[in-house]
Amino acid sequence: MKNNPQSEIAIGVTLGGEIVRREMRMLEIKNLHASVDGSEILHGVTLKINRGEIHAVMGPNGSGKSTLAKVLAGHQGYEVTKGEVLLQDRDLLSLSPEERAREGIFLGFQYPVEIPGVSNMYFLKTALNEIRKHRGLEELDAMDFLAMVKEKMKMVNIDESLANRSVNEGFSGGEKKRNEIFQMLVLEPKLAILDETDSGLDIDALKIVANGVNSFRREDRAILLVTHYQRLLSYITPDRVHVLLDGRIVKSGGKELALELEEKGYGWLEGNAA
Amino acid sequence: METSTTNIEELATREYKYGFVTQIESDLAPAGLNEDIVRLISSKKNEPEFMLEWRLKAFRHWLTMEEPKWANIHYPAIDYQAAHYYSAPKSNKGPMSLDEVDPELLKTYEKLGIPLREQAMLAGVAVDAVFDSVSVATTFKEKLGQLGIIFCSFSEAVLNHADLIRKYLGSVVPYTDNFFATLNSAVFSDGSFVYVPKGVRCPMELSTYFRINAEKTGQFERTLIIADEGSYVSYLEGCTAPMRDENQLHAAVVELIAHDNATIKYSTVQNWYPGDKEGKGGIYNFVTKRGKCLGVRSKISWTQVETGSAITWKYPSCILQGDNSVGEFYSVAVTNNYQQADTGTKMIHIGKNTRSTIVSKGISAGHGQNTYRGMVKILKGATGARNYSQCDSLLLGDKCGAHTFPYIEVKNSTARMEHEASISKIGEDQIFYCQQRGISAEAAVSMIVNGFCKEVFRELPMEFAVEAQKLLGVSLEGSVG
Repeated sequence: MKNNPQSEIAIGVTLGGEIVRREMRMLEIKNLHASVDGSEILHGVTLKINRGEIHAVMGPNGSGKSTLAKVLAGHQGYEVTKGEVLLQDRDLLSLSPEERAREGIFLGFQYPVEIPGVSNMYFLKTALNEIRKHRGLEELDAMDFLAMVKEKMKMVNIDESLANRSVNEGFSGGEKKRNEIFQMLVLEPKLAILDETDSGLDIDALKIVANGVNSFRREDRAILLVTHYQRLLSYITPDRVHVLLDGRIVKSGGKELALELEEKGYGWLEGNAA
Repeated sequence: METSTTNIEELATREYKYGFVTQIESDLAPAGLNEDIVRLISSKKNEPEFMLEWRLKAFRHWLTMEEPKWANIHYPAIDYQAAHYYSAPKSNKGPMSLDEVDPELLKTYEKLGIPLREQAMLAGVAVDAVFDSVSVATTFKEKLGQLGIIFCSFSEAVLNHADLIRKYLGSVVPYTDNFFATLNSAVFSDGSFVYVPKGVRCPMELSTYFRINAEKTGQFERTLIIADEGSYVSYLEGCTAPMRDENQLHAAVVELIAHDNATIKYSTVQNWYPGDKEGKGGIYNFVTKRGKCLGVRSKISWTQVETGSAITWKYPSCILQGDNSVGEFYSVAVTNNYQQADTGTKMIHIGKNTRSTIVSKGISAGHGQNTYRGMVKILKGATGARNYSQCDSLLLGDKCGAHTFPYIEVKNSTARMEHEASISKIGEDQIFYCQQRGISAEAAVSMIVNGFCKEVFRELPMEFAVEAQKLLGVSLEGSVG
């Protein structure tokens, strides 16, 4: 299954083929068009991600990578003009950003924002409890929450002192990116979209982030890495690599495609954009 | 009472649940302000001669004064002759216990959420409930009396503790002080009086609830709190007012005096009617509050959360006269819809090694205009004075405004001053970040605003802190966007 994700035949139980096939699908983007301030950035993106898979979307600056990530998360600055997005067969585009989050979408921001006055712990506990509430689970109190997050903090090298500071306040670039991964590990989304999580990181920080992402990999989850450089993909092995050029996916392939791009750049694909 | 309750429930908006009028017969003085009215007020209260004289001096002085126009607020001219300056519920003989209080009045207090019976039994907070111009029930008087603490209505104090009134009234805010304080000195109705004797720590928070009820009655409370040597008192002031179409004037005067080693903590959670969404109606809150740190190592703290009134003009201040005295001011002021606020504080350093702290948080939303005006004055003899000022503004939306006018006057070179100011907006990206983690936009704003106000809320007595947070949530409803 992992070696041939395009296959729509599930190995094992086939109880009414269609139903089983759909359950394999985590995310389905169909002909997505989106604009910002009236100009169209995504010109019909089509993409399918199955459960348990890691996909990478690569592309030059201005190709629409971050736009895609933000549109999936429901950022109000973007207008979807055409197309459909299904999360486990559920229409995603009709949901508000917080509803999407509660359904299991997580966006690791490229530039995480600071929120003075609100501690990282309080923020994350509030978020987790909203999601737990939505899933019919009991809310965690401060003590239980703290016990639960301690392990995950160690995993991404986040010191307890950082945890009590205001959200991202005074964090270095690397600390902010690690904080994004930390939040992902705590909130346990179904689909994690990581927007240029590797940008601005040194090798050590990169390894920590990659570790965190790899540890998160599971059968019932999917990860979408949005990245400019191949470097991250040396540490996180993708199942599929897609190239986004001028708002369209022009080529898809296995992990070797990333190496090919590293060697040749994006120019050789420009013909495909039309 | 049932009928009016039903009508009220139909009229009440989510934002303001205290919009109702009690159907009690009022003893209302004719409209207008002249010497006869002043005499009428004094005679209704059976005041001794010295009190009437003081009122008349103030009134005559008021006639020579001009309304101040320097504040950064705009309002239609007030017709002082159109208001009534005295209103008292007819059934008032001074009850000895709760059982003797007019049951209609008790029902009113229950609606306000301060059932006297409950408070008397559970909370342990002594309540001096002021109904329009006359104080009604004073609970726990006996308990406090055992410690020698006097907590009664101002009117009562004029009758029973005239010596203290004569000694301290006007010692912090003289009747000539400013236009509104002078007006208050002439026509003040009632308020609270507190005296804590030497070495006594008041065991409970003292509190007062106000209401402006009868039409066109401006309210002029007068409060005087005296903490004798080595004593401690914490006082809570919380206000509500019914929905009205005409603007109502509220010009109170509060004087605090702290002797050697004494501490007075004065907390306010203000919930006056702010005017409707178009800015119509609402209370004009023009208040003079001042504390005098008379003795050495004395301390006065003002903590306030202001979310009501159409127009707010107040500067709780501290005169740091005693050596090593401390003055503090913690404030959260919210303006939404069309509210305007010009508030701040004055810290006047006179003695040696005095210290003042100012933390002011202004939140503007809708078309609200929030102005902070702070003055720190270090006089020549004030060696070793220290001041820390922090003035932060938060804007919600792009139609509101925040303005800061800090004044610093230093006449002694050993003074140390620190001033920090910041202005920020709740950015859309901050809200989106919260939403992307599963938190709704409203909850995000509330979380961020509470984080912004944390330093001030920390200073409030616990019961008030909870009320303040709720109030903030209600007053910022509909401001997200």
